[in-house]
Amino acid sequence: MKLTDISNNINEWFDGSGPLADIVISSRIRLARNLAGHKFLSRCSKTEKSLILEKLKEALLSLNLGDKTFYISIDNAPSLSKNFLVERHLISRHHAFGKGPRGVVVSQREFFTAMINEEDHLRIQVLKGGMQLSECARQINHIDDMIEARVEYAFNLRYGYLTACPTNLGTGIRVSVMLHLPALKMTSQIEKFLNATRAMNLAVRGLFGEGTEAAGDFYQLSNQITLGVSEADIVAQFEKAVIPEIVEYENAARKQLLSKNIDILDDKISRAMALLKNAHLISSQEALFLLSHLRLGLNMHDHLGASTPAIKHLCSLRKTSGDVDKTGGLSITTINRLFMLTLPAHLQLNHGKSLDSTHRDALRAKIIRSALNQDK
Amino acid sequence: MQCEICKKNEATIHLTEITEGVRSEMHLCEHCAVEQGVAVKSHVPINELLSNLLSVQPTDEEIFGSSDKQLVCPHCGFTLDRFREEAVLGCPYDYEVFEKKLSPLIKRAHDGKTKHCGKVPSKIPQDAKKQIERLNLQQQLDIAVQNEDYETAAKLRDKIAESKTK
Repeated sequence: MKLTDISNNINEWFDGSGPLADIVISSRIRLARNLAGHKFLSRCSKTEKSLILEKLKEALLSLNLGDKTFYISIDNAPSLSKNFLVERHLISRHHAFGKGPRGVVVSQREFFTAMINEEDHLRIQVLKGGMQLSECARQINHIDDMIEARVEYAFNLRYGYLTACPTNLGTGIRVSVMLHLPALKMTSQIEKFLNATRAMNLAVRGLFGEGTEAAGDFYQLSNQITLGVSEADIVAQFEKAVIPEIVEYENAARKQLLSKNIDILDDKISRAMALLKNAHLISSQEALFLLSHLRLGLNMHDHLGASTPAIKHLCSLRKTSGDVDKTGGLSITTINRLFMLTLPAHLQLNHGKSLDSTHRDALRAKIIRSALNQDK
Repeated sequence: MQCEICKKNEATIHLTEITEGVRSEMHLCEHCAVEQGVAVKSHVPINELLSNLLSVQPTDEEIFGSSDKQLVCPHCGFTLDRFREEAVLGCPYDYEVFEKKLSPLIKRAHDGKTKHCGKVPSKIPQDAKKQIERLNLQQQLDIAVQNEDYETAAKLRDKIAESKTK
């Protein structure tokens, strides 16, 4: 598989489908595992790392996942490819810019990826669109069983799966849900959400962009405690308590905007539209920020029946009524495509060469203008 | 716990400061913490959490005396000093070799939890598997009782009793 085979499309988990997809972008579960009989990576020689890599690569490529799998070497990859894989959520930044023999096994539909020699010998993840944590849990558990039949994991009865960092000890599970919460932000309630998550020992990060910044009102919520709580209980906490509550808050904030603050809402949507349709230079941060408001407008129309003047105008850009196909017209899929395809590494990979930031900003603006001016 | 300053709100921010070997603690609500100039971060990265945990731990000498500071893992050559620097361990055996030092840290990082509960690889002995399964049931029972779901609690209690007799 070449990266350019996938770089022109968004991944399956980001195509706007799945339960509660207007607010819940995606569900992800990752497991951290290490091989018994080997040191953790910080103490491994290059030879031992290569040995671990070969052993796990062979095991992973022999799995029957119902999808083609590919291995990509990371230590030899050019930095553009590494950045692309990070933007795609297929590897972590830590893996991209780490050291020594390491790689990733990716399934073609991108629902499954396995980083070899990241912080632990193996980190497998399953990613799905919308609220599908139970399905992710079922699938990753099955994949983990299949891998375990081929290798021996480091495990002890007291501490469970042994990980390089004690913060991942026990189940080694990280459950993450990616949320789009623009209305909580607009109604100045996002701090409440952040405080509540802290109280529940959950971590919040941004979905796109650098570091932990939450660009474009996308937030990634994940568990921090991995010891002494079973996988099923962590998943149930997210699925039955945490996420439904946040979705309810975001919906309440959206309704509040409609009933009390239409001007605020319409101003944000109209300004975003005007800038995106006319700008000739746009940074990826600004694009995320503005596209987020269009995404909110379309979702409020589809899920809450909103028809404020700005939302009506936004929806008039649709070629036909309802969601249109993936090749044209303004749909959630189109907006999601713009989110991902205008990220720096995506832009450059699809353009066929590296670009400085001004040229990237110009190309980004051009792609967005052409997608949004299809009514003309 | 009440906020030490306003004595009204719930204290959600707990500060530990060590100045010249003297440890002091402060418990504040969010509002008073901001007023005191204590920045409230939306997210504490795991490494930062870990180094904070390490920095408020007593020194190795305080726990073990100076000799244990030299403790070296016979399997990988790892030392506690390296852990302090890198925040990752050297090999799976380090959990046993440095258990005394690591266990309070693990307890704090996992909200007081000290024992695994959840999936067990199929390759480990049946007895061990049962032991963990019982722990899982016990935990579910605790949650059911907490939620006053006595019907589920009764079923779980029976299951636990049954697993003990097997």
